[in-house]
Amino acid sequence: MSDASAVQHPKLQHYFHSLRQQTETVTLGMWMFLVTEVMFFGGLFAVYALYRSQYPEAFAAASSHLPINLGAINTAVLIGSSLTMVLAVWAAQTGRQKMIAVFLLLTFVLGAAFLGIKTVEYADKWNHHLVPGPSFQFEGADPGQARMFFHLYFAMTGLHAVHMIIGMVFILMWVPRALRGEFTREWNDPVEILGLYWHFVDLVWIFLFPLLYLIGRHTG
Amino acid sequence: MTPLVSTGKRIPDYLNAAYGLKSWLFTTDHKRIALLYMASVTMFFFLGGLMAVLIRLELVTPQGDLVEPDVYNRLFTMHGIIMVFFFLIPAIPATLGNFLIPIMIGAKDLAFPRINLGSWYVYNAGGLFTMYSILNGGVDTGWTFYTPFSTTFSNTYVLATGLGIFITGFSSIMTGLNFLVTIHRMRAPGLTWFRLPLFVWAHYATSIIMLLGTPVLAITVLLVALERSFHIGVFDPAYGGDPILFQHLFWFYSHPAVYIMVLPAMGVISELITCFARKRVFGYRFIAYSSVAIAVLGFLVWGHHMFTTGQSIYASTIFSVLSMLVAVPSAIKVFNWTATLYRGSISWDTPMLYALGFIGLFTIGGLTGVMLATLGIDIHVHDTYFVVAHFHYIMVGGTIMGYLGGIHFWWPKITGRMYPAFWSKFAAITIFIGFNLTFFPQFILGYMGMPRRYHAYPDEWQVLNVMSSAGASILGVGYLIPMIYLAWSMRYGPRAEANPWGAVGLEWEIQSPPTAHNFETEPVVDKEAYAYTAEQGYVPPTKEAEFV
Ligand SMILES: [Cu+2]
Repeated sequence: MSDASAVQHPKLQHYFHSLRQQTETVTLGMWMFLVTEVMFFGGLFAVYALYRSQYPEAFAAASSHLPINLGAINTAVLIGSSLTMVLAVWAAQTGRQKMIAVFLLLTFVLGAAFLGIKTVEYADKWNHHLVPGPSFQFEGADPGQARMFFHLYFAMTGLHAVHMIIGMVFILMWVPRALRGEFTREWNDPVEILGLYWHFVDLVWIFLFPLLYLIGRHTG
Repeated sequence: MTPLVSTGKRIPDYLNAAYGLKSWLFTTDHKRIALLYMASVTMFFFLGGLMAVLIRLELVTPQGDLVEPDVYNRLFTMHGIIMVFFFLIPAIPATLGNFLIPIMIGAKDLAFPRINLGSWYVYNAGGLFTMYSILNGGVDTGWTFYTPFSTTFSNTYVLATGLGIFITGFSSIMTGLNFLVTIHRMRAPGLTWFRLPLFVWAHYATSIIMLLGTPVLAITVLLVALERSFHIGVFDPAYGGDPILFQHLFWFYSHPAVYIMVLPAMGVISELITCFARKRVFGYRFIAYSSVAIAVLGFLVWGHHMFTTGQSIYASTIFSVLSMLVAVPSAIKVFNWTATLYRGSISWDTPMLYALGFIGLFTIGGLTGVMLATLGIDIHVHDTYFVVAHFHYIMVGGTIMGYLGGIHFWWPKITGRMYPAFWSKFAAITIFIGFNLTFFPQFILGYMGMPRRYHAYPDEWQVLNVMSSAGASILGVGYLIPMIYLAWSMRYGPRAEANPWGAVGLEWEIQSPPTAHNFETEPVVDKEAYAYTAEQGYVPPTKEAEFV
């Protein structure tokens, strides 16, 4: 009836029996949250799929205005940040507390680099009158449909960027906790679930990059 | 039955565990959060009800003489928004579900108590945005926010209200996520899936819908907001956008949302019927699985709201067939409840009156739903009062009957007090009569062709409209009476025993009201949820519940 472990771990909440149960519960919670995120982005991807299948030429023409090299660099940067995040989780699981902070900070820097490059791209769109609004101009067959592409481009990458920013705020909040030695081999749920979140946000970009930057490229 | 508390020293119940406003506003106790939610949803219920009063007053006469047409548009819009998003969706899960799920599964709290408290604040933040919009004149798009009216033409407070719904949606996600994780990971030893009360199964299915559907509504509302404020018009025909796409996305959530409202009520009814018939539930697994079936099938029928949009006839046919298919698991529940009643020893306590009322009203609402799922009839009565009557039978006749039945059933557990038997039965019957008088005439009006959302109508429909408005005033009285005696009971009601109804279930084995941690020793479950037979050790109560 009473708890098997005589000494309660300070991080064990009173409504759980064991750290193991607590960890399983917390990670299941994050997975379920990611399911809601899939549905959230899924709605947007469905809108994209519909309009792209309706206006393939206009979407390909508009897509050719995106800088493929910047997009590729950003993809590499984000994959790199997933690597550093994995290393942070590994450091937590093996009890290397300083390393957790180091890898979290590296992840933050790579995330900031991604957003920096994204800002350059957005500024470039603004200068070329490709931002939806009164000053939008597009030289091509179907400026209206091309503008739809840019609606989706800004909605999808913007929402992705918001998710990046939220993740980076949490990374910054976790760094001092790591330095204080809060995350141990026995208990490191916050690092674990932040990792899950970060990989998810990374994965969204892995879909966004080909869907937005690479359409119509193979036809020249 | 004796409470599990056996330590000798008396542990204060959750209401007396701490005092002061701060002990409520910063509580992480699921039971206190349930009460916070109860206060909030009750406030929104009466606010939404106030709009309904004005609507019914306007419709007493054929001429549009009480309010201006555009005021009327705002009234029915705000009535719908408040009732759907701020009352019906959170009503049972966030109050009764919040209070009971941890206790029913033998846990000390939900998996994420702070997220639970957070969800209440998020809910209220969404409510504030909506209130802001109401105080500035409200919205006139209808609760459905159809584009392009909502994105381009309406110059009312679409953005503030949309934001309010967006935010409130997250409280719903937080609640659903909490329930799913809790039910998966925190059940007491011996409490297998098929020993869970059907109330828990119903909330499990509800949570699936909250988790999968609400994010789609969130992105849809967000896209409307982007279109209104940043020229990012994905529904705008000027850029090849499709306003009908909005309807697809909206109904992908908003049809399943009906099951967010009614599944928890069905869970309540399963508990009430078994208790007051003193019988094992008939076909436990069928009721449990039918909840999940409703949740899954509910996601495949949204197109039945769009038969008149020029949707392809093949798509419409499939949506029509699937919509009729959802009626099967719902019917399974109704038949199983009826079979449970058969040869039961029935007592007519107040919660039972609501349960029987639910079965009657939900059956009418469900059967008219099957009628509406057929293409021919739907096109004839599309956007008429027939539809209005149908969904009020489901939402008000279903959800509110379930909610009130549940409140009356678990009130002794929640507050530790009883309420007056006579007045509570009187109110239950008043509500049943008032409800039918309000909404049955609307079926006839709709069939005769009276369109919804108009503030004036031809003279020949006045009699039925007056009947409906008269019924609404009876219904309003029926809702006010419980407000009075329940408020009275909180202070002056006689003390309730641990198990005043002679019900089985973990929540009845602990004291009323429960202690802050629910169980002082961890319960071990060794029998099914509805062990109402003598072989299972059930002893029926020897006396009536202690009423005033
Ligand atoms: Cu529907």
